[in-house]
Amino acid sequence: MPRDTLTGSRIRERRVMAGLKQSELAKRADISPSYLNLIEHNRRRIGGKLLIDIAHALGVEPASLTEGAETTLLATLREAATDTEMSEVEFARVEEFAGRFPGWAALLAESQRKVEALQRSVEALTDRLTHDPHLAASLHEMLSTVTAIRSAASILAEPGDIEPEWQRRFNRNIYEDSARLAETSRSLAQYLEEADSEASETNAPQDELDAVFLKHGFHLPALEVPEASVDPATDTLGAGLSPSAKWLLHTILTRYRADAGRMPLSECADTVAASGTDPLAFARRFGCDLASAMRRLAHLPDDLLPDPVGLAICDGSGVTTFRKPLPEFPLPRLGAGCALWPLYRALARPMMLHTEVMEQSARAAARHRAFAISQPTGPAQLGDDVLFESHMLIVPEPKRDTSERIREVGLTCRICPQVTCEARREPSIMVASAPRKL
Amino acid sequence: MSKQVLLIEDEPNIIEAISFILSRDGWTVKTHSNGADAVELVKQRQPDVLILDVMLPGKSGYDILRELRDDPISAGVPVLMLTARGQTKDREIAERAGCDAFMTKPFSNADVLETVRALGAK
Repeated sequence: MPRDTLTGSRIRERRVMAGLKQSELAKRADISPSYLNLIEHNRRRIGGKLLIDIAHALGVEPASLTEGAETTLLATLREAATDTEMSEVEFARVEEFAGRFPGWAALLAESQRKVEALQRSVEALTDRLTHDPHLAASLHEMLSTVTAIRSAASILAEPGDIEPEWQRRFNRNIYEDSARLAETSRSLAQYLEEADSEASETNAPQDELDAVFLKHGFHLPALEVPEASVDPATDTLGAGLSPSAKWLLHTILTRYRADAGRMPLSECADTVAASGTDPLAFARRFGCDLASAMRRLAHLPDDLLPDPVGLAICDGSGVTTFRKPLPEFPLPRLGAGCALWPLYRALARPMMLHTEVMEQSARAAARHRAFAISQPTGPAQLGDDVLFESHMLIVPEPKRDTSERIREVGLTCRICPQVTCEARREPSIMVASAPRKL
Repeated sequence: MSKQVLLIEDEPNIIEAISFILSRDGWTVKTHSNGADAVELVKQRQPDVLILDVMLPGKSGYDILRELRDDPISAGVPVLMLTARGQTKDREIAERAGCDAFMTKPFSNADVLETVRALGAK
């Protein structure tokens, strides 16, 4: 059974900070010291009354013992264990590992990220060799030229007389073709050299964008003023990015500027004050579409909102084109997320605003409300299909009793503990009994 | 009357070289450089052998070959395909489309001549 929080580690930390001995705390909480020891090493689950008792004994809020930002770390560690021979028993000890060896765990997670980035580079390079139109065209051109040279040269080299007129002609052809061949091979060599340097410094373009937003935040004051222009901002923020990441960044910033133009910051603050993080309120107030409203909310400064909000955008193929994860609602770094997310289900019913309360089942069950809508990417064309993209705004939701349905969703299938799920597309490494042994 | 080869290829210097060696061997060589109207031309000319490049402007050699094989008027024309990529995949596509012989660039004049002779004798 997966547990995602390092509650035990936090109890230990708080106890040490409070200068309490394990035996003292155990006594106050009315449990045996050895049991407390197991709890502190994340070897026993803890919840309910005991958690409240321990929190009381430590003089802290119970919530402060169960909430943390380790979810991303744990998810990455689980990914590292995917496709390995690790036993389920060992796999289940991931939290204990992260709790007891935080430094090593962080190192392993970092290595995992690097491995993913390298895999991505290899895929990109393989892709390039197979599908690169420039490479294919260059090779074709070279082979054609070589063929022409070879044919002409062997006509000249063969024994027997050839009229001087023809000799001159083939000599001229060989001369011209060899010049062309020299030019083509030079440009091919140059292209390969550039491609090489580009690939060596490039992770996934999406990773590079993540780094940009991690550094500068999702709110960009440089684009908030009416006279702001996108190109210099792209150059400043995107300094050192690969061309493809820069292209993505430019697309995102162009939208940012357009959204900010329609929804000035001061009016956004008023709207948040009046209606909170409700995309419908934004759409009504500014007369804009819901996708723009969601993007605007995701790019507002954190201190303006009751809680920071997350956002995922995917295109019609389900590929994520923008992601702003939340500490307790991670979004997968590579590949697609959980098919149960409204983000994807919205694609099947475009133009309808889906809303749902979700709990990521592998998480410490933090609750979030999702708003999702799929909208055309451009204006309608006469007699032509429009393309759709889907936006999902993720808003943290307090846990309280509700009659509303709470949908259990995952992050990605591989690390999702749901045993029976219709949306499963690959076996989970977290379901002990099941398809792993197939 | 000498036998006729139709060469559909868009590289002028290859056209010139192949035309030369085949003419010297006694063939009447006609050439054409565009894929778009190639099918019509083959049906009109009814050559004894067709040499067909894969990468042509307008329409690919594979598509031309399929269309030729689909029409009884041109289904029987012996076809030698030329391609600048020697991958097994290309050969498979060409064979499935119905070519009689397949040659990758850069080829030798002697091979072309020999293959065209063999196809012409069918």
